[in-house]
Amino acid sequence: MAPDRHDIELSVNSVSYRRGVESRTLLSDFLRHDLLLAGTHVGCEHGVCGACTVLLDGAPVRSCLMFAVQANGHELSTVEGLATPAGELHPVQQAMHDHHGLQCGYCTPGILMTMTAFLKENTQPSEDEVREALSGNLCRCTGYQNIVDAMLAAAQAMRAARP
Amino acid sequence: MKPAPFKYIAASSLDHALSLKAEYGDEARFLAGGQSLIPAMNFRLARPSVLIDINGLKDVAGVDQTSGEGVRVGALTRYRDLERDSRFLASCPLFADALPHIAHPQIRNRGTIGGNLSHADPASELPALAVAMEGRMRLKSSAGGREVAASEFFQGLLTTDLGVDEMLVEIAFPEPAPRTGTCFMEVARRRGDFALAGVAAILTLDAEGRCARARLALCGVGETPVDASEALSSFVGQRCTDGAIETAAAEVRKMIAPSGNVHGTADYQRHIAGVLTQRALTIAHQRASHGA
Repeated sequence: MAPDRHDIELSVNSVSYRRGVESRTLLSDFLRHDLLLAGTHVGCEHGVCGACTVLLDGAPVRSCLMFAVQANGHELSTVEGLATPAGELHPVQQAMHDHHGLQCGYCTPGILMTMTAFLKENTQPSEDEVREALSGNLCRCTGYQNIVDAMLAAAQAMRAARP
Repeated sequence: MKPAPFKYIAASSLDHALSLKAEYGDEARFLAGGQSLIPAMNFRLARPSVLIDINGLKDVAGVDQTSGEGVRVGALTRYRDLERDSRFLASCPLFADALPHIAHPQIRNRGTIGGNLSHADPASELPALAVAMEGRMRLKSSAGGREVAASEFFQGLLTTDLGVDEMLVEIAFPEPAPRTGTCFMEVARRRGDFALAGVAAILTLDAEGRCARARLALCGVGETPVDASEALSSFVGQRCTDGAIETAAAEVRKMIAPSGNVHGTADYQRHIAGVLTQRALTIAHQRASHGA
């Protein structure tokens, strides 16, 4: 069977791309191998670990549970788009740094994408709500406490920065 | 961990999707949220040779409560949209209890009610809700449409009444009667995991506060969602006393035959099902009494 290929057009971190993809290419692999945006990590490839979380039209989704062809016409955001072009970290990234919210860092891109979307929607979360929001992202290093601390601090920083 | 090759077709309309399914038959699967299908394809447990992507079909998504036919939920409605629809949750409060238990926010942003019910995982919450709420499943094929009661739709492990050329396009739930209280509860080892047991209870009281009608369905304890409403037959017409609720819970423990798994033995599942029945009935009764 000849590979089933499709032309797609999508935006990633506000940059437009046109590419041909095989229908079975997962969105996670497309981002990493075709667009060379390797910040999106691949952990379990069956939707359990959350490392590959990206934003699809602003909503966090597992990029390993979507085919690249399905992203045709959509807007994606990945961890590469969080910091400013000048290198200033997003408040959630800064808080993860300040609170030692990562050790090996493998789960971090997925956590950053999940939590930036969450904190945009819930600007004043309780600790319980932060833990609930984090429940779909596995981290085997930190025991989560420092991530939770970082998110509560990021929420505060984001509130303070608002005009 | 990569899917086997397949042919991808984005359906342009419901008719297009149904005619493709009629054409390709068993070789084709509908792709909705993909949150169960794509993991199975990544593991190569599923190897469909054609995927019919229905994500562009806006007319099978959304909730309609204005038609006079109860609460009609389009199959492509995503969990997250239901979670944020306060009018829907007010009419179907079992969903307010159950939706947060379905996997994680990232999965709920993609997963759809129709995909969930068509997949028919017995450990999943929604099939039990559909049975407890006496949902009507509306199926369509290019040859026509039909309606099936939820209790007849789920036929076995991952097996439904759907014909090879049919799609579940809508689920219709009856509007709840006055003085009705509901409750869904489950026990899972971790947040978002499949339940060891879950219970959906619906109680309707009469004007004197006696039980007029009672529905109970369980997930995770059989090959299909289990309709255990018969266990409640003893207290229809009676007051829902603690004693009556305990008797019902004992009946449920006797009625079910869970198989046990790596997370818990069959006895443990049975025990949990009993405890959850007791708690869910108690809360459903409180909600029915206080109109909460």
